Amino acid sequence: MIKMEHVSKTYQTGMPALSDINLHIRPGEFVFITGVSGSGKSTMIKLLLDEMKPTKGRIFVNGKNLAGITRRNIPYFRRNIGVVFQDFRLLQDRSVYDNVAFAMKVVETSNKKIKKSVPEILSMVGLAAKYRSLPKQLSGGEQQRVAIARALVNQPKILLADEPTGNLDNPNGWAIMKLLEEINEKGTTVVVVTHNLEFVEKMDKRVITIKKGQIVSDKESSEEF
Amino acid sequence: MKLRSIMYSIGQGFKSIWRNKMFSLASVATMTACIFLFGIFFSLGVNFSGMLKNVEESVAVTVFFEKGITQEQKDAIGNDIKARTEVSSYKYVSGKQAFDTVIKDFYGGNKELAESFADDNPLADSDNYQIFMKDVSSQQKLVTYLSKLQGVREVHQSEAAARTLTDFSRLISVIFGSVIIILIAVAIFLISNTITVGISVRKEEIAIMKLIGAKDSFVRAPFIVEGIVIGLSGSIIPLIILWFMYKNLIVYIASKYQFLSNLFKFVPETSVFKTLVPIALILGVGIGYIGSRFTLHRHLNV
Repeated sequence: MIKMEHVSKTYQTGMPALSDINLHIRPGEFVFITGVSGSGKSTMIKLLLDEMKPTKGRIFVNGKNLAGITRRNIPYFRRNIGVVFQDFRLLQDRSVYDNVAFAMKVVETSNKKIKKSVPEILSMVGLAAKYRSLPKQLSGGEQQRVAIARALVNQPKILLADEPTGNLDNPNGWAIMKLLEEINEKGTTVVVVTHNLEFVEKMDKRVITIKKGQIVSDKESSEEF
Repeated sequence: MKLRSIMYSIGQGFKSIWRNKMFSLASVATMTACIFLFGIFFSLGVNFSGMLKNVEESVAVTVFFEKGITQEQKDAIGNDIKARTEVSSYKYVSGKQAFDTVIKDFYGGNKELAESFADDNPLADSDNYQIFMKDVSSQQKLVTYLSKLQGVREVHQSEAAARTLTDFSRLISVIFGSVIIILIAVAIFLISNTITVGISVRKEEIAIMKLIGAKDSFVRAPFIVEGIVIGLSGSIIPLIILWFMYKNLIVYIASKYQFLSNLFKFVPETSVFKTLVPIALILGVGIGYIGSRFTLHRHLNV
């Protein structure tokens, strides 16, 4: 599903962000990528979204070598990846419904399908009753649920979450983690980048730890053994 | 792009104009000011050209014949003149007609004195063609041609008047052309800046669109719709203002300053706006389109 072979990334400033990364994430896995700030976690997400190209090495996502994806085809590639950010990145002037429907309109889905899918996904994240609210009328946890609904509404095979609980208190953070776990149980591969070790330790999932741009440990969940 | 996406983009373009009311208003106002100034200079330019043309057309070249040539030969010279493309109009003036004009001009009030010349026409051999030109700058070329015609004794021209008019016409073209080019450049710069501000406010929205798989064309379309609508509004508004201003100005000048309307003939508003409307609309839409497309370009690299 996701494969990185000897991937290195050095920024134009000469600062190395990742160095000789090798990893393989299988379909349906739930993986934590953890490490302190500046360890290279966010760079990894950017590489997986093809926001930037690696300096060295090859990256495969959904069987596609990202080096071979032209600028024109990047949008089609990204449609198979859902992405959630720490700061939610919702459109503040649009309702919950419109934020989620927006993701479907972007990929030119029919209005009929949008009208069917958006309420379904909002129910799944527990926000069916708040479909008319604006983001600023929601709590942080609710806003992150909207962001998750938006990421999932096009049924991507992979969900990338970059510090999804970073702006949330502990109970809301746990609720989001549970939601991500449910999504994973339905078959979506989930990759969560976080520095919150409490979630990592308690959830018993595969944990990849990065330090100074290198993988220093890759621990499978106990279920794998 | 599918039809529903096109409709969505158009809808989003209009919604975006409404959502960013102040920015849209600022853009329309900037465009209105630029196109308005452009329209004023264009109208002035058209009128100056029209006035010069009128003056140019009143400058005549006179062709005198050799003694003793027949009427057929004179007609043949007339046909040669008629065939020249630089000629706007020409007329045959006989010696008698020329003399009558002189008598009328100089002795009109003294009938007796005029009658004393009755049998002695000093202009009897002054039959001529008076030629008026489309463009006075080609006067010398015509004079050279006419001088070589068989049966032509002399060609009179006003070389100084022709040269002055040609130089003045060229100067007017250069001045108005430069002002209009500067105005267009200023308009593009101002619109591009205003659009940059508008886009930078929404770069987050653009980044989100790109990250969830929107094609560049999908991201770009609402902004282009917005740019075109703003450009169109910014050209229609000044055109309406200019139309009423121009129409009323002609009437006002004609009634208040009659000597001016006797001196110059203003180009009618329909003639000015027949050219100004398409140019202003193309400019407005073009600047709106180019401004939004190029300004967006650097925000699409996500």
